[in-house]
Amino acid sequence: MFPITHKRVLSDSVFEMGVHAPKVARKVRAGQFLMLRTDSKGERIPLTFSDWDTTCGEVRFIVMRVGKTTHKLSHLEVGQELADLVGPLGRPTHVGGLGRVAVIGGGVGAAVAYPVARAMCEAGDEVTVVLGARNKDLLVLEDEFRALPLRELVVVTDDGSAGEKGLVTAPLKRLAEADAIDCSFAVGPAIMMKFCAQTAREHGVPCTVSLNPIMVDGTGMCGACRVSVSGKTIFGCVDGPDVDGWGVDWEQLMSRQRVYADLEREADSEYSKGCSCTL
Amino acid sequence: MPERDAAERACVFDEVALGYTEEQALAEAARCIQCKNPTCIEGCPVRIDIKRFIAHIQLREWAEGVAALKERNALPAVCGRVCPQEDQCEKTCVLARKGEPVAIGRLERYLGDYDLACDLEHRCKPVVGEPTGRRVAVVGSGPAGLACAGELRRLGHAVTVFESLHAPGGVLTYGIPEFRLPKQIVTAEVGVLEEMGVELVCDAVVGATYTIDELMGEEGYDAVFIGVGAGLPVFLGIPGENLNGVYSANEFLTRANLMRAYEFPMYDTPIWRGRKVAVVGGGNVAMDAARTALRLGAEEVFLAYRRTEEEMPARREEVHHAREEGVRFEMLCAPTEIRGSDGWVTGLVATRMELGEPDASGRRAPVCVLGSEFGIECDTVISAVGTRANPLLTSTAPDLELNGRGYVITGDDGSTSMPGVFAGGDIVTGSATVILAMGAGKTAALAMDDWLRSRDGVIARPDVR
Ligand SMILES: Cc1cc2nc3c(=O)[nH]c(=O)nc-3n(C[C@H](O)[C@H](O)[C@H](O)COP(=O)(O)OP(=O)(O)OC[C@H]3O[C@@H](n4cnc5c(N)ncnc54)[C@H](O)[C@@H]3O)c2cc1C
Ligand SMILES: Cc1cc2nc3c(=O)[nH]c(=O)nc-3n(C[C@H](O)[C@H](O)[C@H](O)COP(=O)(O)OP(=O)(O)OC[C@H]3O[C@@H](n4cnc5c(N)ncnc54)[C@H](O)[C@@H]3O)c2cc1C
Ligand code: SF4
Ligand code: SF4
Ligand code: FES
Repeated sequence: MFPITHKRVLSDSVFEMGVHAPKVARKVRAGQFLMLRTDSKGERIPLTFSDWDTTCGEVRFIVMRVGKTTHKLSHLEVGQELADLVGPLGRPTHVGGLGRVAVIGGGVGAAVAYPVARAMCEAGDEVTVVLGARNKDLLVLEDEFRALPLRELVVVTDDGSAGEKGLVTAPLKRLAEADAIDCSFAVGPAIMMKFCAQTAREHGVPCTVSLNPIMVDGTGMCGACRVSVSGKTIFGCVDGPDVDGWGVDWEQLMSRQRVYADLEREADSEYSKGCSCTL
Repeated sequence: MPERDAAERACVFDEVALGYTEEQALAEAARCIQCKNPTCIEGCPVRIDIKRFIAHIQLREWAEGVAALKERNALPAVCGRVCPQEDQCEKTCVLARKGEPVAIGRLERYLGDYDLACDLEHRCKPVVGEPTGRRVAVVGSGPAGLACAGELRRLGHAVTVFESLHAPGGVLTYGIPEFRLPKQIVTAEVGVLEEMGVELVCDAVVGATYTIDELMGEEGYDAVFIGVGAGLPVFLGIPGENLNGVYSANEFLTRANLMRAYEFPMYDTPIWRGRKVAVVGGGNVAMDAARTALRLGAEEVFLAYRRTEEEMPARREEVHHAREEGVRFEMLCAPTEIRGSDGWVTGLVATRMELGEPDASGRRAPVCVLGSEFGIECDTVISAVGTRANPLLTSTAPDLELNGRGYVITGDDGSTSMPGVFAGGDIVTGSATVILAMGAGKTAALAMDDWLRSRDGVIARPDVR
């Protein structure tokens, strides 16, 4: 069992959680993820490490409540336990020697963008962060990003309630046109990554994306996470999550993410019936 | 052996074969003529003293029978159910020549179940040897790892089993369905090991959470056994494979067995329940996938195999059960494309095959009949055409010698190119059988014992072998 050691609400549907998992904490590198189960009937879901502390053996992740498992997770408090936590899985993000890089985090993707941007800064890369969200309330980790030695932090919201109004592709385009970046890294909803990769490609800027296909084991055993990249099928959990965004078959990825949408909705609404939470 | 009725069982996950009653077991045991030269034993990969365990049944000496079995096979309740007996012990039983061999597997199962029905205290447990002060890490809790752990513990070593999933058992847990091997049996067998003092650490991926070097270094283990199986699914390599509704058998069975998706939404993991399901392959895995699909409510399940039924590697009993339950067999049929619309599977394009000259495996190779393409409508395709070695662990152990296909190279005793590191089971042989994996685990345990004792030459071997 894995005791919960920290919890912080970041917005209506987003929260940060810390769990005591010392064996895992000592191995984590930016860009890697974990799989967890809340309880013995639970589903295994992947979440990216947002932070980790080798001294106290804590790992942290940031969760957006979207369905039953993340809903269940949102009800767990410090002192309670997770049934399972496995990791670190996936290949770490490549950092260092990148030169001038734009890191784009959309929505809860900011949780991935944060440790990646931090690792890039530590490795001597010149990082510009573009942080996007639908509105001000969904913007997470802004203060944490501000504490990093970034070249620039650009905040964008769909409705203009914070920072610029618009989509994250606008600042990306601006940076590319001004020849201010050598490469880019995008993480967030598939649709956002798709347009980032497209924008970057139009300007000849390489774009690494952190994929989020549906997973079961996270260790290469089932193939649920397969994605076509440059005409080749890869397993997102072991060959990724980072891949070359130019080559991803986005329509396929988005279609595969929806396989269980109806079933999941049913399960969550059933669960939510017996639940009076506000989160 | 009594079985649940085909129509009744095809929609539930309860075990199909019900097992002998005491009278039936005695009657079957009575058929064994206790040969002077018991050829049955040659057919068993781990050389169980079949003649003796059956003699004990004849005399109603149940506990003695269990002990005879367990000298060679720690999991009789498992092997009695899943061993391909017709190609092994039962094939070489003298009575096979005269028609019906003694049902050795079923008798083994009877004793295995007898043992599991006893409370933990009265169960037949190997005596744990004097502590040697040596610690061994076993990676993977499939049949190879479990057999190795039990044997090492018997020899007095401290044993920790590391398992990447959240539950132990390997294929016994995530692959072979409940209706063929109830999970309660696996749990009970693992319970015996824990009772013997084997420590079990789930959620530990070696290659990620630990490396082999770390286990041997900072984690302080004196030896490591690698029994990680061959769990990397192979896909067909045809167009349309990433459509929604296409599963590897591994994913389909893992969702159903390990995650209990058939009890969704009581259990949280969903599974796509197709109405018309095509399973590609002809082994036990294909049979399990097809029969699971039926139980999940499919109206029609057919199995496409590119050779004929004769070449099918699945156990005869499984083929028979699958057919009885209503699985349709499309033999000499090789899929060439999966068709879809809106991202979902709508059908399969296949070509007819015919058998040509024997290939390297000695089986006649299927060749396609030109212009014989035809379409089959379906909404789910399950690929059960084999697995390969998963590089997750091996890629982090550069000193571990692998063959061209990524499997670990070992000596006959399971030793690898790394001192103190041994391996066995599917990660060495490629996909094989439960009993071979267990045999390899046990062989390696004995070699590891030698290695551990010879290393400093101070601990005398107790007389437990
Ligand atoms: C490598 C990786 C890293 C991830 N990191 C994070 C993270 O740091 N924070 C975070 O909040 N989420 C992250 N996700 C997504 C997270 O795993 C899903 O949100 C979660 O599995 C949803 O489970 P649920 O039962 O609550 O929702 P469900 O009811 O299962 O799903 C609700 C909706 O989310 C979609 N969905 C389901 N599973 C996934 C999935 N694996 N990836 C993307 N969408 C999915 C479905 O299409 C569905 O419409 C990550 C996913 C991957 C693959
Ligand atoms: C669906 C199916 C049906 C079958 N039916 C039969 C049958 O009827 N009869 C028969 O004899 N054989 C059958 N087999 C084959 C048999 O199950 C295997 O040959 C046998 O299980 C191999 O045992 P193993 O211990 O080598 O590996 P596995 O059983 O595969 O166990 C390996 C274990 O190691 C774990 N692991 C993997 N990587 C790591 C890592 N890096 N760190 C930690 N742990 C790890 C895995 O999660 C798994 O639990 C079947 C196989 C399948 C898939
Ligand atoms: S282990 Fe398998 S081969 Fe050996 S006696 Fe038992 S059923 Fe037969
Ligand atoms: S060969 Fe057959 S009849 Fe003879 S001892 Fe073995 S099981 Fe009995
Ligand atoms: S999640 Fe199973 S192989 Fe990637």
